[in-house]
Amino acid sequence: MARGIKDKVAILGMGCSKFGERWDSGAEELMLEAYKECLKDAGIDQNQLQAAWFSTAIDEVHVGKSGIPLSMTLRLPNIPVTHVENMCASGTEAFRGACYAVASGAADFALALGVEKLKDTGYGGLPGGRGGPLQALWNANGTAPGNFAQLATAYMTAHGVSGEDLKKAIGHVSWKSHQNGAKNPKAHLQKAVEMDTILNAPMIASPLGLFDCCGVSDGAAAAIVTTPEIAKSLGKHDIVSVKALQLSVSNGSESGHNSWDGSYFHTTRIASKKAYEEAGIKSARDEVSMFEVHDCFSVTELVTMEDLHISQPGKGWRDVLDGFYDADGKIPCQIDGGLKCFGHPIGASGLRMLYEMYLQIQGKAGPRQLKNPRIGMTHNLGGSPRENIASVAIVGRYE
Amino acid sequence: MLRTSLASRDCLTSHKAEDVRNIYFASTTHPFKDRQNAGVIGTALNVEQNLSATDIGGSLKAGTSALIAGLNASKDGAPSLVAAADKRMARVASSGELNYGDGAAALLCGTENVIARLVGHHSVSMDFVDHFRGDESDFDYSWEERWIRDEGYSKIVPPAIKAALAACKLKGSDITHFIMPSLMPAVPKQMAKMVGIGEGAVRDLLGATLGDTGAAHALVMLVDALEGAKAGDKIMVVAFGQGVDTLVFEVTAEKDKLAKRKGLSGWMARRKEEKNYMKFLAFNEMLPIEKGMRAEFDKKTALSVLWRKRDMIYGLVGGKCKVCGTVQFPRTQVCVNPNCHAIDSQDPYAMAGLECAVMSFTADSLVYSPDPPGYYGMITFPEGGRFMADFTDSDKEQVRVGAKMRMTFRIRDNDTMRGGFKRYFWKAAPV
Repeated sequence: MARGIKDKVAILGMGCSKFGERWDSGAEELMLEAYKECLKDAGIDQNQLQAAWFSTAIDEVHVGKSGIPLSMTLRLPNIPVTHVENMCASGTEAFRGACYAVASGAADFALALGVEKLKDTGYGGLPGGRGGPLQALWNANGTAPGNFAQLATAYMTAHGVSGEDLKKAIGHVSWKSHQNGAKNPKAHLQKAVEMDTILNAPMIASPLGLFDCCGVSDGAAAAIVTTPEIAKSLGKHDIVSVKALQLSVSNGSESGHNSWDGSYFHTTRIASKKAYEEAGIKSARDEVSMFEVHDCFSVTELVTMEDLHISQPGKGWRDVLDGFYDADGKIPCQIDGGLKCFGHPIGASGLRMLYEMYLQIQGKAGPRQLKNPRIGMTHNLGGSPRENIASVAIVGRYE
Repeated sequence: MLRTSLASRDCLTSHKAEDVRNIYFASTTHPFKDRQNAGVIGTALNVEQNLSATDIGGSLKAGTSALIAGLNASKDGAPSLVAAADKRMARVASSGELNYGDGAAALLCGTENVIARLVGHHSVSMDFVDHFRGDESDFDYSWEERWIRDEGYSKIVPPAIKAALAACKLKGSDITHFIMPSLMPAVPKQMAKMVGIGEGAVRDLLGATLGDTGAAHALVMLVDALEGAKAGDKIMVVAFGQGVDTLVFEVTAEKDKLAKRKGLSGWMARRKEEKNYMKFLAFNEMLPIEKGMRAEFDKKTALSVLWRKRDMIYGLVGGKCKVCGTVQFPRTQVCVNPNCHAIDSQDPYAMAGLECAVMSFTADSLVYSPDPPGYYGMITFPEGGRFMADFTDSDKEQVRVGAKMRMTFRIRDNDTMRGGFKRYFWKAAPV
């Protein structure tokens, strides 16, 4: 394995817009909202930025292509801006670009900013039909909930879990995120919800009901990264550094080869294992303080906790029901409400997850602050269970 | 087209599609005015080389005209596939709405192992307009039934049948099965009586179970008759439509040796009944229903892509790796087996006839479907190969993990923005 970038990059500042149905704002206003907070937090001048990475996923419906929308909106000083897109994992991709620029020495200060403005489409859910002209001729006419619902079908089959048990467990996943989201003023959904409401909600794609699906939101998030040495020289305390950044992308074995049973994320298993190695983590269940994972659907979170090697395969639903991932559990998961309640503006989500880890490690998370977290892990997934990008980041106190 | 594909594949049970030299496709409702409809069937059967494909239409006797063309073309031994299908629109509350059925039949003509030998055929052509459908209308316009019966059928059909019998050196009483589609159930009996064919020989019009399938109906009824026919039976097929086609067949001993297939009775047995009239109207685009914004996604087809990938899309041809033997769909340049990844190693592998099983599925209420919820899921083929497929003819009781499915050629999308380009692909249906 390569040497990795552990502790070579520090987060100097972060910002995040209010997520939600932002009828008042376009992508540009959201970008600036996150950026203003981020720049102020970093405490540098805009002219010190040397490179930027800009993530959006569904650029057809909001800002269009290229790095130009970011440079134009922020009036950046004609620095390199790279537009990145890796479906729902795009936000982490922008962060990765900025971190690698700093780790390589190519830039002292790099910006990562992700945004998605989805509520100008005129309908709920994500826009469909972006797979290219061949996909359009044969791929099943499906949606994100329909694709992830099949993870539930396959999980029940693989592990002999009854529909009733699984429904309760994934219901608890969403219940917990609503409890957490209620304490987050930037979250899209800020109401706690009763279990009965969750279990009896209308079906979207069986067995996933309304509360098993995350919100489709507008929002933006941003980070400015530098080296720990520069951060210190600027008088920063409680420095948060990057411990690992790993990505794994499907190559077709899940969707095309009969070796995959549909019940797990092949890529998440690979990316998380590599990330633990890069970060020097021996036992994740004991060492990671908190998670922000890609809970696009409740069942995704449940299965992901197994694929991150925290819960045993087939046993994750029991950990969920035992409260292991609740705010007062052993390892809190989605303490900011997650995609479920904070919301899911696609290109911003990976950075939003890191924003919460960054706040928590610095003790700045307000009413949802956990006690003394040291290591935070994010997991950002793009695509569907059968073809996806799993992006994992580990950040922690720089010691 | 989908019915035609089903009927054609059923027909070719135990025959190699690539041997087919001619395809005649009869209909009054061909999906395309300018695009070889019979050629689509050819591509869906994975046969292109040495194939002559012809569309025949314009009359309700198009099916028998296609059969005559197929029989003539196969005289020198070239196997010819004759397919006929119709999906006629009928106005709400019209008699057509009650009487029409959508359906298809396919017959393979040749000189070897024939199950029904052509004894003879005879045709007359005259512009007797009992009904018509102009190119500015989706619907038929019909004249008075009594006039059609008395001046049309009664004066045109009996002489035509008598001429056919004479050409075949047969008497009316020699006919065991008399097939004559008509929207007036008494007419075939009347015609039979007028030419000395026994009343017991007159075949049921299938009106109670299937409806009149237009240009296909004479061939549908022929398939129905063949299913129960015995060696030596003589079958007369009569079709009326601006003239008369008459064909006479004699069933041979080969009929009992024919490999088992679905046939009309098999397809009727696996029907999925829809008793909701509003759905019937909605499915036939007879109601301006709200489809939602998700139905607005552009269905433009890249014709260049369709051409490059036609064996994959229309033929459901995947690949089989020469190195590791893995069957896969689609066929790609690099083998999908994680322990192989050989390059340029795959031979084409036809998957349309293979049974598959449901690995995972959902019933999706968010996706646009004309018949919500949309059922789809991952289907796996036992020898290898899998993909996320739309399901059809499915309901809650039939779809479960492990359920056996078979692939069926269907309309996937209709590009109404561009005048109705039908996109065909394969959907999975319960076995």
